[in-house]
Amino acid sequence: MLKVYPFFLEAAWLTVLLSILTALLGLTCGALGAAARLSRFALLRFLGAAYVSVIRGTPALIQLFILYFGGPQIGIQLDAFEAGVIGLGVNAGAYMTETIRGAIISIDKGQREASRTLGLSQWQMMYKVVLPQSARLMVRPLGVNINALIKATALLAAISVVELTYTAQRYIGSTYKPFEMFLLAGVLYMIIIYVTGRGIAWLDRKVQIT
Amino acid sequence: MTDQTNFVEIRHAQKSFGTLEVLKDISLSVERGQIVGIIGSSGSGKSTLLRAINDLDPLTGGEVWLDGVQVNQALSHRQYEKHINQMRQQVGMVFQHFNLFPHMTARENVTMAPKMLKGLSQAEADKLAEEQLDKVGMLERIDYYPSQLSGGQKQRVAIARALAMKPKLMLFDEATSALDPELVEEVNHVMRKLAEEHMTMIIVTHEMDFAASVCDRVLFMDQGVVVEEGPPSLLFTNPTQTRTREFLRKHLEGAK
Amino acid sequence: MGLDFSVIPKYIDIILLGCAWTIGITVAAAILSFAGGIVFAVIALYAPWLIRQPFRFFEWLFMGTPLLLQLFLIYFGLVQIGIDLPAFVAGIIGLGLHFAVYNSELIQTAILSVDKGQMEAARTLGLSRTEALRKVVVPQAVRAVIPPIGNNMIALLKDSALVSVIGVSELTLSAQRAIGATYRPFEFYLLAAACYYVINLAMEWVQRKIERRISISR
Repeated sequence: MLKVYPFFLEAAWLTVLLSILTALLGLTCGALGAAARLSRFALLRFLGAAYVSVIRGTPALIQLFILYFGGPQIGIQLDAFEAGVIGLGVNAGAYMTETIRGAIISIDKGQREASRTLGLSQWQMMYKVVLPQSARLMVRPLGVNINALIKATALLAAISVVELTYTAQRYIGSTYKPFEMFLLAGVLYMIIIYVTGRGIAWLDRKVQIT
Repeated sequence: MTDQTNFVEIRHAQKSFGTLEVLKDISLSVERGQIVGIIGSSGSGKSTLLRAINDLDPLTGGEVWLDGVQVNQALSHRQYEKHINQMRQQVGMVFQHFNLFPHMTARENVTMAPKMLKGLSQAEADKLAEEQLDKVGMLERIDYYPSQLSGGQKQRVAIARALAMKPKLMLFDEATSALDPELVEEVNHVMRKLAEEHMTMIIVTHEMDFAASVCDRVLFMDQGVVVEEGPPSLLFTNPTQTRTREFLRKHLEGAK
Repeated sequence: MGLDFSVIPKYIDIILLGCAWTIGITVAAAILSFAGGIVFAVIALYAPWLIRQPFRFFEWLFMGTPLLLQLFLIYFGLVQIGIDLPAFVAGIIGLGLHFAVYNSELIQTAILSVDKGQMEAARTLGLSRTEALRKVVVPQAVRAVIPPIGNNMIALLKDSALVSVIGVSELTLSAQRAIGATYRPFEFYLLAAACYYVINLAMEWVQRKIERRISISR
């Protein structure tokens, strides 16, 4: 049993790294997606809606496989780690698009009207009035998205990224101690998720209006 | 159009939502310094008319002019944005539900637009905030957030916010309707002060006493048309139209 | 290498069979997760402390770890204690339990939000606590909770792809089989994605229908 700890710790670190990179890419895609869905151009709105619908309507695992195994056929050559981050990031971005969009459109119409009657342009209104308020509403649901994304990094076991689940699977196979291996990986996941959750809660308190 | 226009001039205003016509060919002009009240039951189109003046609810037909410039011009999106923001900076608006920015203090609510649009320095902006908030009796609460203020206080800050842009015209959309009765007077008091300073104002209200005491002219609207208009002394005491009489009678009963 | 979709027709049977398996597994796991969700919710709320607390810990553990890891545990773990289930049964149990925990969370919230007066009214009629729960409180809670559970079921469809990893011949593994024979991953994974998307749209349609019906009877 003792022999496996270093491998699990290393794998846990990779899971953390994957989660951070995926979250950053997801937030970027989410912000762009939300901007597209709220755009005044019909084409952008359509593209944003299609992105959300297709990504959320198909399994993340298949998306990863298309990118990783199918990519070379259309000239995209990625290693498993790169494919994993890009695939999961784009996937998480679709869910985050809806979170961000929801937070923006839930701002009271009166706030927009008041801004516009003062003579603020659309952008000034977004930047000064709408976004500061919706940012406060976003933190918690984005935290839920990030929680899901951390667990989704387990899918990368299927394309042989040596993260936590892959490591657990490997040692379940070689030690025939599935419960112990599950518990070990499970505890490490719980720690990552717990720490992230505390971070989100701290941020959420910090951004609230006094 | 090169002909002489009044300070505010609305020509043949028409507005429909689908098949529902809320404004039916309304024309109205307001002189500089004049205070005009608009009364009528809910759904009469009075708020829609007011909100058409700064193009918040764009008209489907007709024209709105302010100080010789047409407000609702048909322009490309980019040009319209530029034009309308320019126009709106000259027109202050006060809403029924205040619409203060909850993430900003009273000071920040008042100074945000002047700083952003007129490039005021922080010192100038602070001076402006103190001045405007003092005028509405809210200087003591300058660094309070809206959530820490009562309804009446919020509305006074909202008025200060609008005044900070030094508007030529103030629009009030049922400014006291959402307030508890005991808080109405503090807001009315501020509006009276503005009237004494000869601010041009258009006031949509359901408070007949207030309209009678501050307005130079009162319009009664019903079903998208101006049924009757005149000085309050005449309109309230001696209305010529049955619909006006009916409305005033009902309203009087409601008030009792 | 380029793309060549002309290889698809030859393998369409395998893919369609995979679709059938995916739908079957999704439906079976959905039923299990729904029933399990109700049982779990009642245990988490009303069981004696000694059962309730460890149970809540178990729920917490399930919600904090990836489904894939849980599938490995169930598939390999049951073998270890001498139960050799077919992979698809292990897959259904894994998916069903995983989503039962999520459904249970929803149902717990819904049960707690059912008016206290409902329980009291049932008790004054002479129903026992269990009867009152079963006949009055739970049915109301379930109704309130059907729309969000619908979202969970759509998530379940997509997560059913994971059981391919433990060797269940559903849609994803069927696509992999076809790829093994043709070396055309892009075409077949895209086809599989399209199949999932269509099933997903169908589920969303059903969900809307059900929601409309519920909103009437409430």
